[in-house]
Amino acid sequence: MNFTLSKEQEMVRKMVREFTLREVAGIAAEIDETERFPKENVEKMGRYGMMGMIVPKVYGGAEADEVAYAITVEELSRACGTTGVICSAHTSLACWPILKYGTEEQKQKFLIPLAKGEKIGAFGLTEPNAGTDAAGQQTTAVAEGEEWVLNGTKIFITNGGEADTYVIFAMTDKSKGVKGISAFIVEKGTPGFSIGKKEKKMGIRGSATTELIFENCRIPKENLLGQAGKGFGIAMGTLDGGRIGIAAQALGIAQGALDETIKYIQQREQFGRPIGKFQALQFEIADMETRVNAARWLVYNAAWRKSKGLSYGKEAAMAKLFASETAMYVTTKAVQLHGGYGYTQDYPVERMMRDAKITEIYEGTSEVQRMVISAATIK
Amino acid sequence: MKIIVCVKQVPDTNEVKIDPVKGTLIREGVPSILNPDDKNALEEALALKDKNPEVHVTVVTMGPPQADEMLRECLAMGADEAILLSDRAFAGADTWATSNTLAAAVRKIGHYDIIFAGRQAIDGDTAQVGPQLAERLGIPQVTYVQQFEIQGEDILVQRALEDGYELIKVKAPVLLTAIKELNHPRYMSVGGIYDAFREKEVKVWTLADLDVQKQEVGLDASPTQVKRSFTPEPKGKGIMLKGSTKEMVEQLVGSLKQKHVI
Repeated sequence: MNFTLSKEQEMVRKMVREFTLREVAGIAAEIDETERFPKENVEKMGRYGMMGMIVPKVYGGAEADEVAYAITVEELSRACGTTGVICSAHTSLACWPILKYGTEEQKQKFLIPLAKGEKIGAFGLTEPNAGTDAAGQQTTAVAEGEEWVLNGTKIFITNGGEADTYVIFAMTDKSKGVKGISAFIVEKGTPGFSIGKKEKKMGIRGSATTELIFENCRIPKENLLGQAGKGFGIAMGTLDGGRIGIAAQALGIAQGALDETIKYIQQREQFGRPIGKFQALQFEIADMETRVNAARWLVYNAAWRKSKGLSYGKEAAMAKLFASETAMYVTTKAVQLHGGYGYTQDYPVERMMRDAKITEIYEGTSEVQRMVISAATIK
Repeated sequence: MKIIVCVKQVPDTNEVKIDPVKGTLIREGVPSILNPDDKNALEEALALKDKNPEVHVTVVTMGPPQADEMLRECLAMGADEAILLSDRAFAGADTWATSNTLAAAVRKIGHYDIIFAGRQAIDGDTAQVGPQLAERLGIPQVTYVQQFEIQGEDILVQRALEDGYELIKVKAPVLLTAIKELNHPRYMSVGGIYDAFREKEVKVWTLADLDVQKQEVGLDASPTQVKRSFTPEPKGKGIMLKGSTKEMVEQLVGSLKQKHVI
């Protein structure tokens, strides 16, 4: 048993923290207010290796480990949940499945520019009628000569429109149900592929969340990712890892709100003394700190298991469930402890509370996590 | 082209406090950082390397074994090689002894074109080590460099003055000390961090590795002794005089008389 981070992991934290303080924190409120995708920072994150953390060097990545990746998303999210999820969706949901299931040609063509941060990735599984019931895919892909022809609509796609490379799921053989789903790589700009409605969201407002529309979209045969009919497994395997990223985002949001609250209660004076001198508030901080720490170890444990090649599906689900609920708990308390000021945009905690809510919903709702955890526990 | 960058690990003075009784710095629990001006020095060397991959950047520091971490950070930013001069004999050195040790290390490295150093370290604020090193090596030096450019065989630098700058043309080998206006240092990169531990090494040179005698380094070779460290009292707020020249002169004379200055 060893709970210490490696020197590399510590240094990654130091570097991302510095980057976040200088580049990310200052624009977090603005990109939330204006719903602006922070392109300039994503480009810098690419240059500094934050967009290819888990990808081997031969494919243009930094070849860091899963724990360092979780730390990166955590530190970015401490100041800005939007920036955290851009990194997480790109890395876990686009880079990872191409690395894991892609052919050598696909890695050369698609993974290298993604890992270098020259291109942004996204993942399209959810449909209007296929949310938690992801097997109910209505998007279809039909083989025609040397091409696949895609038709259908995806919704709520993170990095939609901003991304260049999309991992898309579609039904290739409806008669086989779940075993008739396949995964594809679709490039932005392919005729028949367009970006639909951009969602106006409660939180993570700088992150682009859009519809993807496929109308007789023809992609080359070689863009099939993995084997035909294996798409559902690819989607579920990808989401297992993605949950570590979202759990890390939730952890970062919670830590950020806690940092802000500790600062605030030491400055804010009522009844002639800083409100942090009141034990009722000190105890609130104790509960927040305890939950944040518990969440952190669940997240790092899941990430560590993944990097060691151990099973991690249940651990990732537990990390995501607990960290996202911790993010809601801590940010709600943070607003409460800031009082009226916390409800205004003069302080960042209201934004953090709005950002926290999505972590209980996307990449599997808390209910889905409980399904995964109970299924793996009650045998 | 070979570049040597002299760096120092310093306590983060934003976090440091002075012991009111002893007058010394309280270093316990204070994070150590790469001296800010040295970061600018390293950035300038790395920017040259960006333009020409054949540029080789070596960072050198004298310090305790813990300075390894700072050197790894320099490697993670992109330096090729790191050398740590570490020996009990080097301890307690003032600028005189430090520059002597560094000069011995530079001579051991051998060929170089440019030595970059930070203007000064935020813990001692002397700004002496860079210039002393140049003197000991017998090479030209330009301090307070705010702009740097290579033009053929020449190096063109702007040397910052209080109210302007000097434009100076020098030839290699030369020592330049950097100020923060010179550039914006890059961050470490994730890949760089992993390479710094996976593929690069920090060489440790002790007294035995250098062509220098024990009595020429460390505390014994240091003529300076720190008697007291203190924060100077901040000056009071100035007064802006208003009115015509005559009125302002009258106010000034009146105020000086009142304070018994004249």
